[in-house]
Amino acid sequence: MRKFETLEAVAAPLDMANTDTDQIIPARFLWRPRSEGYGHLLFNDLRTNQDGSPKPGFVLDRPACKDAGILVGDRNFGCGSSREHAVWALMDAGIGVVIAPSFGDIFFNNSFKNGLLPIVLPEARCAELRAALARNPGARLVVDLQAQTVTGPAGVNDGFGTDHFDVDPFRKQLLLSGLDDISFTLSQQDLIAAFEAKFAAEMPWL
Amino acid sequence: MTTPRTLFEKIWERHTVQVRPDGATLLHVARHLVHDGSRAGFQALTERGLPVRHPERTFGTPDHYVSTASHDLAAITEPYRREMVTALTANAREHGVTLFDLGDRRQGIVHVIGPEQGITQPGLLMVCGDSHTATHGALGALAFGIGASEVSHVLATQTLWQTRPKSMRVAVEGQLGAWVTPKDVILAIIARIGAAGGTGHVIEYAGSAFRAMSMEGRLTVCNMSIEAGARAGMVAPDETTYAYLRGRPYAPQGPMWDRALAFWRGLPSDPGAVFDREVTLSGADIAPMVTWGTSPEDAAPITGDVPDPARAPTAERREAMARALAYMGLEPGTAIAAIPVDRVFIGSCTNSRIEDLRSAAAIARGRKALVPAMVVAGSGLVKAQAEAEGLHTVFLEAGFEWREPGCSMCVGMNGDLVAAGEHCASTSNRNFVGRQGRGARTHLLSPAMAAAAAITGRMTDVRQLMAGAA
Repeated sequence: MRKFETLEAVAAPLDMANTDTDQIIPARFLWRPRSEGYGHLLFNDLRTNQDGSPKPGFVLDRPACKDAGILVGDRNFGCGSSREHAVWALMDAGIGVVIAPSFGDIFFNNSFKNGLLPIVLPEARCAELRAALARNPGARLVVDLQAQTVTGPAGVNDGFGTDHFDVDPFRKQLLLSGLDDISFTLSQQDLIAAFEAKFAAEMPWL
Repeated sequence: MTTPRTLFEKIWERHTVQVRPDGATLLHVARHLVHDGSRAGFQALTERGLPVRHPERTFGTPDHYVSTASHDLAAITEPYRREMVTALTANAREHGVTLFDLGDRRQGIVHVIGPEQGITQPGLLMVCGDSHTATHGALGALAFGIGASEVSHVLATQTLWQTRPKSMRVAVEGQLGAWVTPKDVILAIIARIGAAGGTGHVIEYAGSAFRAMSMEGRLTVCNMSIEAGARAGMVAPDETTYAYLRGRPYAPQGPMWDRALAFWRGLPSDPGAVFDREVTLSGADIAPMVTWGTSPEDAAPITGDVPDPARAPTAERREAMARALAYMGLEPGTAIAAIPVDRVFIGSCTNSRIEDLRSAAAIARGRKALVPAMVVAGSGLVKAQAEAEGLHTVFLEAGFEWREPGCSMCVGMNGDLVAAGEHCASTSNRNFVGRQGRGARTHLLSPAMAAAAAITGRMTDVRQLMAGAA
């Protein structure tokens, strides 16, 4: 898993509640092998027409945001299908952090497994940040996982500032270390085996 | 005296292997379901040279990529889709996982066959790499969807790290009206609490409407818990549950049945158990529902109108509604019952069980479909049952297609697609932009309402269509 400590990057505002994973990456691309990369397919149907020609106007295609590494979204980001491809597409396109008022649970979990940091900030604050980014295209934010802060560009007030966020301590530790949780869990073999013996005795019909 | 506990808490605690001081909980997975979309999960295992820890607790079936025209592998015309199906066969064989493959009558949509085979049981923690896994909660299991990395983790360790969700009780009290179905109940619940209304929560569905509901109906409701953002949805087991399970192939038999039953009877939430949130709806107030937008929360009664974005409570909601209506090609104020329908899909893990097919057939019987309509049974066994009851004849005579089991037109990845701009009356679970195909306009509704739409070519109040009929 990719290690995450800090990220300073251009942030792009995405004014779209309920951004579902079908929109992040449509189902017809899911058979593609992971090794081929999904970055060019991120938000495909919002960015290209059916004939493959570009559909102008999507925030990540604006010159100021084309190198965005942070996305500030709206309520229920990543809802819907469990496809981990949604996280892969974001990461392959260079997005390392998504900030939103709430996330689809499975997308939220998938993000941590891959080294993408999902940050929950209050709904009103996310709206302020999106507005600030709309006024200051190409503005860079700094995300510090250790300190659990999101900081606006130095010297620019205009709705930015420093925001603190909560993160599950175990997940924070895994992200900071880049440690893979399968290896970690396998180190708990004895505990698991003891539990399984007890469980099997309690429910012998399984 | 022990603290009263909810159904969810009892299952969560029974499967807890370890709680770290920071709150992260390692949970044992009693049953793991895999499908033809689980390739990446197996791949990570292969790359690390790890075995499946408990193949006997892992069950698979191909559903997402299979052709519903024919279950001959050659019917999957694109090699890359065929490879998703054959990879499941190969992985199951390599790791000794039980597989209900193409050609086996037990094959079907993973969330249909789990309960059907008795793999799904009360009190079990179950996962699957699919967001509609909450379906299995209908039997009083704690079941939720996971991503590919988590699938690998479960295959390798039979456990999963989770943070404890909050609990929510959604009660529906009173009797449902004629032709008001479990699908209408869940669409009404989502319209009420919103597509993110259950985020971070496990919902327990309760109240007299659920006690009176069949197992098929409970499966439909729990299936769409994710569309309210909930991690899982569940219904306490009762006599309906036990009657459904008894005698199923993987259900306990003989003396073990009695032991299991004694355990199951202790599962329902204790009197006085506390939920973080409670919502109550009146069953009598629920009408047949139809979605008009691009989120499952965009649902209205068939007697209603397409809402006007200008009257939305916030600017953000106004824009979202306007965007949805533009995509759907609908004008504010249009009667829901005036929306034209170009195509009908009856199937998916939400509504492809025998009761769904009986309900749709009751409408189709002796009538003719005006628009293309397809019926896709949820499993080979559902299909066989429907054929034994003659339902396929009813559908075929009414001009509906009768196809082979699979996820089909719900998911736009197996060849069953809705064309751009077409309005599809669909019994599936998601009306997202592009879900059934690029530019497809999905309207979610019940099997009876879908069949009624097929007959008239527009959204139709099934109660009116059937007024005076038996």
